[in-house]
Amino acid sequence: MAKASPMKSGDALAGVAAATEEERIAAKFALADLPLTIFLNEALIPYEDDTVTRLIMDNHNKAAFAPISSMTVGDLRNWLLAYETGTEQLRSVAAGIIPEMAAAVSKLMRNQDLILVAAKVETISRFRSTIGLKGQLSTRLQPNHPTDDPKGIAAAILDGLLNGVGDAVIGINPAADDVVAAERLLQLLDDMRQRYEIPVQSCILTHITNTMVIMERKGPVDIVFQSIAGTEGANNSFGITMDLLQEAWEAALSLQRGTVGNNVMYFETGQGSALSANAHHGVDQQTLEARAYAVACRYEPLLVNTVVGFIGPEYLYDGKQIIRAGLEDHFCGKLLGLPMGCDVCYTNHAEADQNDMDNLLTLLGTAGVNFIMGVPGSDDVMLNYQSTSFHDASYLRQVLGLSCAPEFERWLLKMGLCDDQGRLLPKNRTAPMLAYLQEMDQ
Amino acid sequence: MSQKSKPLYDLSQIKKLTPARIGLARVGSSISTHDMLAFDLDHAQARDAVHLPFDSATIASQLNARQIQSICVHSAAVDRTTFLQRPDLGRQLDDPSKQRLKPYQSPDNERYDLAMVIADGLSTLAIHNNAIALIDYFQKHSASCGWRWAPIVIASQARVALADEIGEILNSRLSIILIGERPGLSAADSMGIYLTHAPRIGRTDAQRNCISNIRQIGLSPEKAARQLKVLISEAFKLGLSGVNLKIKKQSQQVITI
Repeated sequence: MAKASPMKSGDALAGVAAATEEERIAAKFALADLPLTIFLNEALIPYEDDTVTRLIMDNHNKAAFAPISSMTVGDLRNWLLAYETGTEQLRSVAAGIIPEMAAAVSKLMRNQDLILVAAKVETISRFRSTIGLKGQLSTRLQPNHPTDDPKGIAAAILDGLLNGVGDAVIGINPAADDVVAAERLLQLLDDMRQRYEIPVQSCILTHITNTMVIMERKGPVDIVFQSIAGTEGANNSFGITMDLLQEAWEAALSLQRGTVGNNVMYFETGQGSALSANAHHGVDQQTLEARAYAVACRYEPLLVNTVVGFIGPEYLYDGKQIIRAGLEDHFCGKLLGLPMGCDVCYTNHAEADQNDMDNLLTLLGTAGVNFIMGVPGSDDVMLNYQSTSFHDASYLRQVLGLSCAPEFERWLLKMGLCDDQGRLLPKNRTAPMLAYLQEMDQ
Repeated sequence: MSQKSKPLYDLSQIKKLTPARIGLARVGSSISTHDMLAFDLDHAQARDAVHLPFDSATIASQLNARQIQSICVHSAAVDRTTFLQRPDLGRQLDDPSKQRLKPYQSPDNERYDLAMVIADGLSTLAIHNNAIALIDYFQKHSASCGWRWAPIVIASQARVALADEIGEILNSRLSIILIGERPGLSAADSMGIYLTHAPRIGRTDAQRNCISNIRQIGLSPEKAARQLKVLISEAFKLGLSGVNLKIKKQSQQVITI
C-alpha cells in the first residue's frame, strides 16, 4: 500500500516509500488486483490496538457497501470514473467505503481522475450559511494577528468582508493558548456579526477543551474546532479522545445557534501529522490522512480542512507533492461524504511558491472544493506561512463562474459590497462598516 | 466634529492596525502590480535565506581574529536538499566530524562548562548577520562568570539536536546552539538560541530552553546575550534545563528546527 503511494518525502522519512519508480508501479499493479473486502478483513492497524480502526470497522455500513463489494481496487477506479456513476450513486455508497479503500483507489488515480470523481460529489453543510452547493466556492476568513490585538483582527475581518470573503466561517487562530483570550476574541466576532447581521459563523481555533470551557461559561460558541489525525496515538498527542470529541459535539449541538442547519464541528487535518507524532504504525501518510476523515465523519462537521503544505518539506517536499496531496485529500474526503476544504499553503523552506498555490487552487476549484482560506495578502503574520488570499477566491469565482454561499451573497448585495454579477464594488461604499473600527478607537 | 468621528473612506487608513497585508489595491478583484511584487520580494528574500550557502570559513576567521578556536563539522545530511527532507540526518554528525571532535573531549575532572555551536539551520542569513555579534556580547558576560568554553563548533546542515551529540562528545556540562530560524515573510534573518543542560543524544525539546527572534530589529544580540547569561546561570544552579527552568518574560516558544 505504502509503496504504491505517489512519492512523498514523509514516506521516505518513515522508510515506507518505494525504493524505485518501477517498484512503485509494481506495487500499484498488485494493489489494483486486491479485492476491496481485504481492507475489511485485514486491518492495516490492528483493531485491538487503535480506536480509529475500531471506529472505522464498527461504523462500516454493509448495505451501502453491497454494490461494490465484489470489486477489486482497480475495478473501483473504473466504476468511479464511469458515466453511469453520478452524484446519487456516490452519495449512497459513501458509508460503505472505508478510508483504506479510498486511499487505495486514490493511489491508482491520476490527478485528473481525482478531480473528475470529486467533482461528481456534492457534500452540503449548514449553520448560518449553506456550504458546498454545486457551483459554489466558500471561504474561511482568517484574520490572525501575532498578538491577538482586537483592532488588528477587526481590521483584517473588515478587509476580508469587503473582498467578499468569510462565508464558510470567520476563524481566528489565537496566538495565546488560553481560555480568556479565546473568549475575548469570540465575543469580538459575535459582536461584529450581530451588528452587521452577517449570515456567517465564527470560530476560535483553540484546543477543544478550551472551547468546552467557553461553552460552559455560556460564551457565544458557534463552531467547535479541533485538529484530528488518523491514529489513536496521533490523536492522543493532540490531547483528544473520541469521548472528548463526542462530549464537545453534543454540547455544541445543544446550543442550537445555527439558523439554516446545525453542523457544528470544524476539523483540520494534514498528511504527516501521525509520523510527526511518531504514531504512524508503518502506514503511509496519505492512508493515515484518509483515516482521520473517518473520525471527522462521525460528528457531521460543517467544515473539514486539509492544511496541506503547512507541515514542511520533510513531509511534502515541493509544489508537485503538495498539489498531489491536496487533490488526494480532497478526493478521499469527498468520497467519504465530507464537506472538504483545503488550506492551499506552503512554508518558506518548501520548494514551492505562489504559482504552485495558483495551480492547486485552480485544480481544486475544478474539483469542486467546498472552501479555501482567505488570508490577507496570502501572508499569515501569526502562523508564518503562506496560504490563499482574499483575491485568490475572487479569481477562482471569476474564472470558473462560482458564487459564494447564497445567504452571504444576499448580504453582500444588501451591504452594497458587490453587484448582481458578483463583482466587488469600489471601496468607498464601505464607510458604514468602517464605523465599527472607529468606535473601537474611541 | 472631532477628528476621530470623521468617516473613514479608505482601508489604507487602518493598515497601521495590523502587520497583515490588508487594504491591498485591487484591479478587478486581483491584487495590483505593486502589492504583488512587494510580496514576491519578501518571499524571494526568505527563499534566499534558506538556500544561501553557509560561509563557515568566514565565521571561523572572524572567531580566529578574536583568538577563539573553532572546529568545522558537518551533519549527516550531505546537502541542502537532503537536509530539508531528512531532519533526522541533520541531527547527527557525519563520521569524519565525530573523529574531528574526539581529540577535544574534556576529561571528567576538568569538564567544559559550555559547548557553543554555530549552526546554519533554516536560515544561513540569520547566522551571517547575528552570530558573531551575539558571541561578542556574550563573551563579556561569560568572562565575568568564569565559564570554561570548548572550542566553538561551526556546524553545516544542522538541526537543533545536533548540539546534543556535539556536547556529549566534548563532555560539556551544557550545550548552546545558535541556529537560523525558519524564515518568515516579515523576517528572513531571525536567529534562535537553544540551551541544553547535560547534553547527550536523545534529549527532547522539552529539555531545552529557547531564545528566539534574535535580529537587529527583533530581539537585539545585546539583549539576547544578557538573557542567555541568566538562563545559563539558572540552569547550572538548578542542574537542569527545559520546561522546569522558567525565566520571567523569556520567550519560551520552542519551534522544531
